[in-house]
Amino acid sequence: MGRLLQLAVTFFQIGLFSIGGGYAIIPLIQEQVVERFAWVSQKTFTDIITISQMTPGPLAVNTSTFIGIQIAGIPGAVLATFGCVISGISISAFLYRLFQRYHKSEYIMEILNGLKAASLGLIISAALTILLLSFTGTSVISEIKTADWTAAVIFLCSFFVLRKWKANPVAVMIGTGIVGGVIYTLF
Amino acid sequence: MREKIKLWLWLACINLFISAFTFGGGYVVVPMIRKYFVEKKHLFDEEELIRMAAIAQSTPGAIAVNMASLAGYRAAGMVGLVISGICSVIPPLVILSVVSKWYAAVAANTVIAAVLKGMQAGVAALIVDFVVDMTRAVLKERSPLLSTMTAVVFAISFLTDTNIAVILLVCCGLCAGRVWFRKRGEIYG
Repeated sequence: MGRLLQLAVTFFQIGLFSIGGGYAIIPLIQEQVVERFAWVSQKTFTDIITISQMTPGPLAVNTSTFIGIQIAGIPGAVLATFGCVISGISISAFLYRLFQRYHKSEYIMEILNGLKAASLGLIISAALTILLLSFTGTSVISEIKTADWTAAVIFLCSFFVLRKWKANPVAVMIGTGIVGGVIYTLF
Repeated sequence: MREKIKLWLWLACINLFISAFTFGGGYVVVPMIRKYFVEKKHLFDEEELIRMAAIAQSTPGAIAVNMASLAGYRAAGMVGLVISGICSVIPPLVILSVVSKWYAAVAANTVIAAVLKGMQAGVAALIVDFVVDMTRAVLKERSPLLSTMTAVVFAISFLTDTNIAVILLVCCGLCAGRVWFRKRGEIYG
């Protein structure tokens, strides 16, 4: 029981402090699960990150499920996962209601405009990072050595069908998965 | 009541479905929600979607889960929020629970790695496609402050390791400050 509670509390904290999501939160999770509680080794933690990237779902959610199940079975996985997402869900719902309720306030609307502008900047940065990762295998410009032309072609074809015919995003995911699976396995 | 239950069931199914295809980071959920909630079901408009994306991103936690919950809330209130929140974590929860037994084999599998490499290019296309539309929406405001803010936030976030919470707070502060000065100008000017 003590362990389950500790899992829930730890992942609640991770969820609460992981603003921005994605790779930025890896050190935060690592500090808690590897260094503080020693629930998993550094090697296993690195494997967890790899697995999280290979399976659908947010990195924090995947990591909490994985560690939860290793530490305390299915109940551990469920508790850690819900502990991880509950703060985000409540806070975004609260903010959303706040913005809805005070939509006549100049301050609230201007702040929302600011968040929209900032969030666009962050999404552009994420888009560029994933583009670079996909084409070159690294997101650091100074480390670029090779170019993956297959990825570039898959990207351009997907972008074309999205702009031209508003293709279904899930169809794009499945299509690019199959094309990638065939081309990269064979060549 | 029947209509309500139908909507709840649809929310549950669509969130399970979307979540099962959320590879390569949470942002990809935004175009998916746009496809099903905005374009197919007309539950809210594009403007609302961008607002939700901004809030989901400015809040702690996974963007994908926050975004799904907000869309559920907008479509069906508190019940929608709970259904969407739960259904958006079920696929990763189930998949990771199964995979955790054989994770070493999965991590070393070259076919899975190849499929993911292909999907990564697809994810990039989905996000760039959404970025194009979102940029248009921000430029439409014709506000030099907001356009500059987008560019500066992009540069800071891409080139440095600055904490995102700090970036967001500064942006909120600047916008609130602008309103304050404008109001003061109205009184004294």
